[in-house]
Amino acid sequence: MEPVASLYELKDLSKSYTRGKESIAIFEHLTMSIPQGDFIAIMGPSGSGKTTLLNLLGGIDRPSSGAVECEGVRVDKLSEGKLAKWRSENVGFIFQFYNLMPTLTAAQNVELPLLLTKLSGKQRKERVKTALDIVGLADRAGHRPRQLSGGQQQRVAIARAIVADPKVLLCDEPTGDLDRASADEILETLQLLNKDLGKTIVMVTHDPSAAKYAQRELHLDKGRFVEKELNPEPAQ
Amino acid sequence: MNDLTLIRKNLFRKKLRAILLTLSILIAFLIFGVLGAFHTVWTSGSEVAADNRLVTVNKINFTVSMPYAYWGRVQAVEGVEAAGHASWFGGYYQDPTQQVQTFAISPEAYLATYPELVFPEGQREAFIENRTCLAVGTDLASFFGWEAGDRIPLLSNIWQKTDGTSSWEFDICAIFDGREENMPANYAMFHYDYYNEALAFNQDQIGWIVTTTTDPSLNDQVAREIDAMFANSPAETETSTEAAFNEAFVNQFGNIALILLFVVGSAFTTILIIVGFTMVTAINERTGEIAVMKTLGFPAPRIFRMVLSESVLLSVIGGLLGLGLATLMINAIATVAAAFLPGLAMPLDVFVAGVIIAVILGLVTGLVPAINAQRVRIVTALGKQ
Repeated sequence: MEPVASLYELKDLSKSYTRGKESIAIFEHLTMSIPQGDFIAIMGPSGSGKTTLLNLLGGIDRPSSGAVECEGVRVDKLSEGKLAKWRSENVGFIFQFYNLMPTLTAAQNVELPLLLTKLSGKQRKERVKTALDIVGLADRAGHRPRQLSGGQQQRVAIARAIVADPKVLLCDEPTGDLDRASADEILETLQLLNKDLGKTIVMVTHDPSAAKYAQRELHLDKGRFVEKELNPEPAQ
Repeated sequence: MNDLTLIRKNLFRKKLRAILLTLSILIAFLIFGVLGAFHTVWTSGSEVAADNRLVTVNKINFTVSMPYAYWGRVQAVEGVEAAGHASWFGGYYQDPTQQVQTFAISPEAYLATYPELVFPEGQREAFIENRTCLAVGTDLASFFGWEAGDRIPLLSNIWQKTDGTSSWEFDICAIFDGREENMPANYAMFHYDYYNEALAFNQDQIGWIVTTTTDPSLNDQVAREIDAMFANSPAETETSTEAAFNEAFVNQFGNIALILLFVVGSAFTTILIIVGFTMVTAINERTGEIAVMKTLGFPAPRIFRMVLSESVLLSVIGGLLGLGLATLMINAIATVAAAFLPGLAMPLDVFVAGVIIAVILGLVTGLVPAINAQRVRIVTALGKQ
């Protein structure tokens, strides 16, 4: 078996914030590797630094020290402009509250990241159609977010995250605002993206049953990974 | 979809707010356009003034007359090419509300000082030769529907005849126009003698003298000489260039430019505050969405441009609607008041200035919200959700 190439390398990563004169560490000296095609669920209590870790992986926050490397690129060292470009080319974000633009239709929301590419209008339309097809919402392309259910909105958000064909999907509590049935649909979609399209997925969740869909579970507590579990047979 | 789609959709996401903002900008530019057009037409007198034309009036005020004899003495001043005199008749046609700007003049001499007045063949001579002739400007003629050959009475609410009436009968024998489009043709002229001989009072007095010099460089010298001639007399004079006279005439109603500046300035300052504050609020409401766009990879300068463009688009839409409405209003006023406000139209320079101001207004009101949007910290904004 060929060794799986590493996508992310986190080296001696620390993050702290200041409250008044006090410096509060979120985590310290975190080192880990995320291989390509992995599907990781990061779990842990509130305040353990799950979302912060996700933000560092996505290049929307910077570490206090240490390195975030993605395919050899020091993400933490990129300038704001280069970081924005890197994010648009490499990362798809999925948020707990969907964060769709209320004034745009589902198709326009999905098209948004493609405005940062050089694709023609026709090419963009094709990509949008494909992305909506993957999440099973092609027939809702002209609907605005408020005309869609929570589960449908999250699927639009997934389509938006994958439309530019990023290497990694970073999901912050993607099922946190959904009922069980909708949550399972979303998780199945993520699993499909991981298995069939080879997307690397890092998902932060509080929900143990959501974590079961991942290949791996990492438990973050008091600033360090205290437990690693493999899901040899992820939930179906 | 492109950036413009996003800008447009964001701008009109709250329709009532967008409509009210557009309306407030529209009103400011409506005021600007209408006042700008009136200002242009009021001050156009100095634009059509000849370089070598002087106007001599009574030093007390141009409404106070001076002796008829002054005309002869002015003609003899060295450097004077031609000199004519005129008196304000006022006058109205049939009803006091139908005012007609009418002057009693020395026909041949006065026309010599206004070579830019154009008459159809033979009508200039007919006017000079016929004592009861009324020469009517084309704008005035078309307003009242007068034609050469008509006989009309004009009444004066200033002057009275020795027979106790205030009505003068005239034969319209000439319809004149200005050589250039912007020259007024909204008044009428008739023979001073015909007017003077019937006057019950103030006979042998004239309103003002119009002089052309042989060379504009002689203007100051001729003006000084004329005024010196009548110094220490019961009717001292003040001679100035026609442009200065026209400007002083307009300024008797107040400093139009200052009023315009004050009114328009107040309107724009108010709009600046309202639109600026509303834009800041609108962008603050969208902090989360801006953070998401930045997360997706939209660079900060592009977000800055989009927010600024939103503000400029709002301002330009409001501005164009306001200027368009002002143009329609001015055209409507010009149609009904052609005789009194000849040449009233929306000047191109006022329209262009309006568009430029609209762009600047948009840039100024959009600057702070655009900077705020550019500075949105993704983690902070998303953390507030």
